[in-house]
Amino acid sequence: MSSKNSESRTPAPRYDHEIICRIVKEGSRVLDIGCGEGDLLKLLQERRKVEGTGLEVNEEKVYECISRGLHVLHGDIDAGLADYPDQSFDYVILNETMQEIHKPALVLKETMRVGKQVIVSFPNFGHWPARFQLFFRGRAPKTLKLPFEWYEGPNIKFLTIKDFNNFCQAMRYTILEAYYFAYGHPVKFWANVRADTALFVLNGNKTA
Amino acid sequence: MKTIEIPPDSVGIVKEQFVTLCVPPHELALDSGAKLGPITLAYETYGELTPQKDNAILILHALSGDHHAAGYYTPNDRKPGWWDIAIGPGKAFDTNRFFIICSNCIGGCRGSTGPSSINPKTEKPYGMSFPFITIRDMVRAQKELIDYLGIPKLLCVAGGSMGGMQALEWTVTYPEMVVSAIPIATTSIHSAQNIALNEVGRQAIIADPHWNNGDYYDSEPPSRGLAVARMIGHISYLSDKAMHERFGRRLQDREDVSYNLLTDFQVESYLQYQGNSFTRRFDANSYLYITKALDYFDLSHGHGSLTEALRDVKAQFLIISFSSDWLYPSYQSREIVKALKQNGIKVSFCEIKSDNGHDSFLLKNPQQTRLIRDFLSHVYEEHRAHVQ
Repeated sequence: MSSKNSESRTPAPRYDHEIICRIVKEGSRVLDIGCGEGDLLKLLQERRKVEGTGLEVNEEKVYECISRGLHVLHGDIDAGLADYPDQSFDYVILNETMQEIHKPALVLKETMRVGKQVIVSFPNFGHWPARFQLFFRGRAPKTLKLPFEWYEGPNIKFLTIKDFNNFCQAMRYTILEAYYFAYGHPVKFWANVRADTALFVLNGNKTA
Repeated sequence: MKTIEIPPDSVGIVKEQFVTLCVPPHELALDSGAKLGPITLAYETYGELTPQKDNAILILHALSGDHHAAGYYTPNDRKPGWWDIAIGPGKAFDTNRFFIICSNCIGGCRGSTGPSSINPKTEKPYGMSFPFITIRDMVRAQKELIDYLGIPKLLCVAGGSMGGMQALEWTVTYPEMVVSAIPIATTSIHSAQNIALNEVGRQAIIADPHWNNGDYYDSEPPSRGLAVARMIGHISYLSDKAMHERFGRRLQDREDVSYNLLTDFQVESYLQYQGNSFTRRFDANSYLYITKALDYFDLSHGHGSLTEALRDVKAQFLIISFSSDWLYPSYQSREIVKALKQNGIKVSFCEIKSDNGHDSFLLKNPQQTRLIRDFLSHVYEEHRAHVQ
């Protein structure tokens, strides 16, 4: 079922990719952390003429990126970020990567140092089907956006939009823009209940 | 004599060529302060140079390699060139698209000027009077060859191990001439462990009574010493796992251990064979000179740091390492990646999972083939668009 979904999705760019394309300015320098096979970077390169670099831990996906003419570094996030000087990129992108990171606070701090702006997106654990399953069925949520059993799948951090807002407030990170959507469509109100995905644009912080 | 069938993806029958450059008074100034000339370089080329001269790739060989990188000299040849898996029609370095050049490094013994060459001043082999050279000196000599061939810019410089060091050196010494570089299984600086292994090899040669302070060209050469040097080198090119799988503790032509100094284990026999066959194609003095050049290699030397050394580099990079390579482990490649990142230079890096140790880059390897082919394809496309 899920593989069918991803196949039918390939021709048209994903909704979150569309939004990121709109945010990123033409000709900017972009670092995509956890870039996968480079779908987003390729799109940004074609549409926004960015100078992009990807960071990817999976060897097979690295081959795929190179075959698409992208610059990609094989390795994990911790090793990948520390080497860059302050404010090396106009944008650092963590597109649905943060929930798979062991120390997201540390990584976010580093992305803010390296990037002038940071684009973060993640699956919202406060989305109503997830709440419903946990509350009424007493089971860890398994939804379209969070399709994995608790014992498999890459996600190790489960957070809600409210969690992230609180975190940014506590850390004094400036949120420049916020986008919420469900099933590929924008969500205007009650986002923490109705959105399956959130996307934030943060102001990079040199002194962080 | 048995004639082999030359495979369709081979460059076929190739011919080695020689050119003599740096003829006095235009000798090559070396890092040591000495001068060397005339210099003969042995080289081979595969594929065709375009009229725009925009498709030339320089392949750089490792310690025991030479200019015979691909193809066969005669239909009776038992083996093709050392990187035949990577160079040919449709291969990683596709000779249908690219013009490939490979030359024997100076200090070598396969046709380029080295310690076994005749010194025109004395009309005797140089022996230990040959000046000590560096990786950069090798690259300077290659630059003379590229100029002689009339090629203004190299689309790519590529090689593994010592070849990778030369590729790195090319991007630093002649930044305007290099569009891209593929350093494989290599380092920007020879580590204490690297130097230590080389020193054991050198001491084995020097301890051989036949070495005679390098003056043995009229008598028996120090083959025992050179064979031992090759044996220690060969161990460093393999991995624990590769050795275990290939030899384990299997015995060589016997039922039980001998309880004396006879060859008991297969791995012993294999190393002896490798050592002995090496002495038939390699000169002991060349081994001394080239391992010294390797040990002197430190790209950051004279620049303060590696990042500073790479500051003016114009090339883009594909850096490849292998997970089981303990001679030049992945961390050494990552150091190069780090310095390139700090300079904002375009770089891709991949650590290929492999059990074959340092030698992985020389063995059949679909991952490496794919990376190089795809990278070069995009580099060439970009370069042509840029030039037009």
